[in-house]
Amino acid sequence: MEMQKTRFNFDFMSKRKVGLVVSSLLIIMSIISMSMEGLTFGIDFTGGTLIEVGYSESVDLDSIRTSLSNSEFKDAVIQYFGSANDVLIRIPPSEGLNNADISNKILGLLTDAGANIEMRRIEFVGPQVGEELKDDGGLAMIYALMGIFIYVALRFQRRFAVGAIAALVHDVLITLGIFSITHFDFDLTVLAAILAVIGYSLNDTIVVFDRVRENFHKVREATPIEIFNVSLNQTLSRTLVTSLTTLFVLAALFIFGGEIIHSFATALIIGVLIGTYSSIFVASPVTLALGITREDLMPVQKEGADLDTMP
Amino acid sequence: MNRYSPWKYSFIIFLIGLGVLFALPNLYDKDPSLQISASGASEISELTEFQVSTALEEAGIAFKSIKVGLENLTIRFDDTGTQLKAKTVVEKSLGRNYSVALNLAPATPDWLANFGAEPMFLGLDLRGGVHFLMQVDMEAAVSKAEDRYMSDLRSILREKKVRYKTITRYKTGGLLVRFKDDDERNSGQALIEDEFQELDVTILEAGSDESQLVAKLKDQVVLETQKLALQQNITTLRKRVNELGVAEPVIQQQGLSRVVVQLPGVQDTAKAKNILGATATLEFRMVDEDHVAQDAVDGRVPAGSKLYYQRGGQPILLEKQVMLTGDSIIDAASGIDGLSGQPNVTITLDGKGAKRMSAATRDNVGKRLAVVFIENKVEVVEENGELVEKKEIIEEVINAAVIREQLGKRFQITGLESTKEARTLALLLRAGALAAPIYIIEERTVGPSLGQDNIDKGFNSVLIGFALVLVFMAVYYKVFGLIANVALALNLVLIVALLSLLQATLTLPGIAGIVLTVGMAVDANVLIFERIREEVRNGNSPQASIHSGYEKAFSTIADANITTLIAALVLFSFGTGPIKGFAVTLSLGILSSMFTAIMVTRGLVNLIYGGRRIEKLKI
Repeated sequence: MEMQKTRFNFDFMSKRKVGLVVSSLLIIMSIISMSMEGLTFGIDFTGGTLIEVGYSESVDLDSIRTSLSNSEFKDAVIQYFGSANDVLIRIPPSEGLNNADISNKILGLLTDAGANIEMRRIEFVGPQVGEELKDDGGLAMIYALMGIFIYVALRFQRRFAVGAIAALVHDVLITLGIFSITHFDFDLTVLAAILAVIGYSLNDTIVVFDRVRENFHKVREATPIEIFNVSLNQTLSRTLVTSLTTLFVLAALFIFGGEIIHSFATALIIGVLIGTYSSIFVASPVTLALGITREDLMPVQKEGADLDTMP
Repeated sequence: MNRYSPWKYSFIIFLIGLGVLFALPNLYDKDPSLQISASGASEISELTEFQVSTALEEAGIAFKSIKVGLENLTIRFDDTGTQLKAKTVVEKSLGRNYSVALNLAPATPDWLANFGAEPMFLGLDLRGGVHFLMQVDMEAAVSKAEDRYMSDLRSILREKKVRYKTITRYKTGGLLVRFKDDDERNSGQALIEDEFQELDVTILEAGSDESQLVAKLKDQVVLETQKLALQQNITTLRKRVNELGVAEPVIQQQGLSRVVVQLPGVQDTAKAKNILGATATLEFRMVDEDHVAQDAVDGRVPAGSKLYYQRGGQPILLEKQVMLTGDSIIDAASGIDGLSGQPNVTITLDGKGAKRMSAATRDNVGKRLAVVFIENKVEVVEENGELVEKKEIIEEVINAAVIREQLGKRFQITGLESTKEARTLALLLRAGALAAPIYIIEERTVGPSLGQDNIDKGFNSVLIGFALVLVFMAVYYKVFGLIANVALALNLVLIVALLSLLQATLTLPGIAGIVLTVGMAVDANVLIFERIREEVRNGNSPQASIHSGYEKAFSTIADANITTLIAALVLFSFGTGPIKGFAVTLSLGILSSMFTAIMVTRGLVNLIYGGRRIEKLKI
């Protein structure tokens, strides 16, 4: 049987060393940044109070700082949110503050300062809840990876599962790294986005693996490297088109979805780009490096049967 | 080749029909309305309906409709201005036994509502409102139960003439009873074990120049106490929410010791916080007139008494024995005292409480009775370098008045700071005390304008993202792209229908999930179409290409979607509120896209190309 014609004919696998270097560099950078800088956790994880206040006209941040500086909220971080009419005030959890009252007091102080304000959002997270969310988030990621590993190992083969998980860990680490380097706020929605990235990147990887499995069954005289190359080329246009449509909607979310959804969209855009790259340059090379062969994909009990009758 | 049987088409049309039907209610606007529910002994009936409609007619306020439901009465209005005016009128006419809440009632036409089709719920981030996560203080619940046993132990030991010295709280929990000698202790132990099955009694041998025993609640009883405390708290919170007048509140247990409270549309979060979290309750204790309070301040507190402070800061000694707690109060109303012009609260006791009150006051005319106001607060403090929440109980004597006559079922208390305080206290007493203190450990409040902003922005991004994908697909895959677009639109309809059918809550992350689904739903079609193109390139006939394109893509689509579904399910089981919303829409989107992207597009392709000779595919 001859190799099928494909629209593309890139020799991805010969570049896999380059991919390895690039990925390793990115991961090392991410790990360094995370251990030095850490993530800029939002109040979802650190605990604290966040108040979004809408002003009827644009407002000077310094005037707000002045009205708060004489109060017990000296540590408040004040910044614009989206526009100059919208202000975000963050208060870290601190000693001697009665949590549930903080927002009332702040709104009172701002109103006393003569401003015409409107409460848009209050978020208060107790330190204990924040700690739990951090733990649960980490656990969620580990459970998702475990569930996926088991499914892929059953449906394909153990080596594929390792390859897929390697790609996912790669994506998560680098996305976290970028959030660490850029000091973007890491809140609950970003955690959700990263889990969605896991799902998305896996989608890409599975499509490639599915083709690899099919080609192993179909094409008998080809090395595993050739099989992976041909499979990647065959699925390349699909990979690109799907990434593109997903990026379209993410761009719409990023631009029109408003400030609250911003970090979420950012994380997903980064994740989709890295996920697309990793399904080509991480998942497949790792599976190859683990020494995947045609025999690995043949059901054990049917060994020796006529391969052409296989579906 | 490439034909669907009529039953397959009927199945597709049937499912789509259902989808459209259930998605339809979301297109209708919502009416500003009042939701009236009964609190306390009153009931909602035709009579209430008559009373309300007469009151509105008399006030010249026009309403769209009035409808008696199972537990509430809904009146619809044309605009929010009328709604607000009507609220005042209705409240006045019905009085305190009903709670009147502002609401937006879905204007689903009757024929749709009869199918059970209702619009989906909007989350708090979209409609505005407050979300609280509250922690029930279980330790306090248990020590409160122990308190009850403390007075029971005292009276039974006294009654049976067992001579004990003191009963105090033991450092590791439980009650420490000190006896005169071992004999007394042994008979005490026998008595307690006999009378109180719920207590475990152990004898303390250490440092035994004294005879002591510790009575502790059995583990089973502790668990039951905690469970009961949580349930009682939920009931009390429900009553308080009713007093606040909130439509469609959510009050739910979360885990073993937490309660979620969601109040849609609430603007005055400060008030909501104060009233929900307040553990304010009253205790009535006799004033210890035999000792001097100043001695107690210097550290010599007489046995049987406890040191309190009055509002002004003066110390006062009260008897340890509680005469009456807030639990016996069945009604409380705030008002102004006719003589002094001071704010007061008129309290009505239940039968048992009234009996105790009259027995206690009969023997104590001329002595002072103190009203203790108890409130719990939480503060964050630093401990060993870590920030922890610390609980603080504030106990204040708000009033210590001479008993002039025997008190009974109804009496007044004064000594309150303002009419506002009187009103809040009356509300809290009416709704009942919390069985255990409760603390807000998470709050998420969204103002109404931000909610509308979020809806608009979410809707816009869905629309724009959707349009971009439609254009791209049509250009890139031509006829097949248009087919995929039809499927994509149906997918949106189906997601909305499923969300409405499940009465799931749509949140902003939920909208993000829908947007993401739109992007990913085309994936299935991209996989199929790319496969068909490949087959065509390999020289297969158009019909055969379509057939094997769908065939071969199927297992890939299934694998890819199942793995994404695993991630979504994990998200759902670990996430809280907003994350759950995202996981729900993502999962529903994946499921419905399997139907639309595979079955619906195949049906359309078969309809267009099936069973005839084609030279070239437009793909």
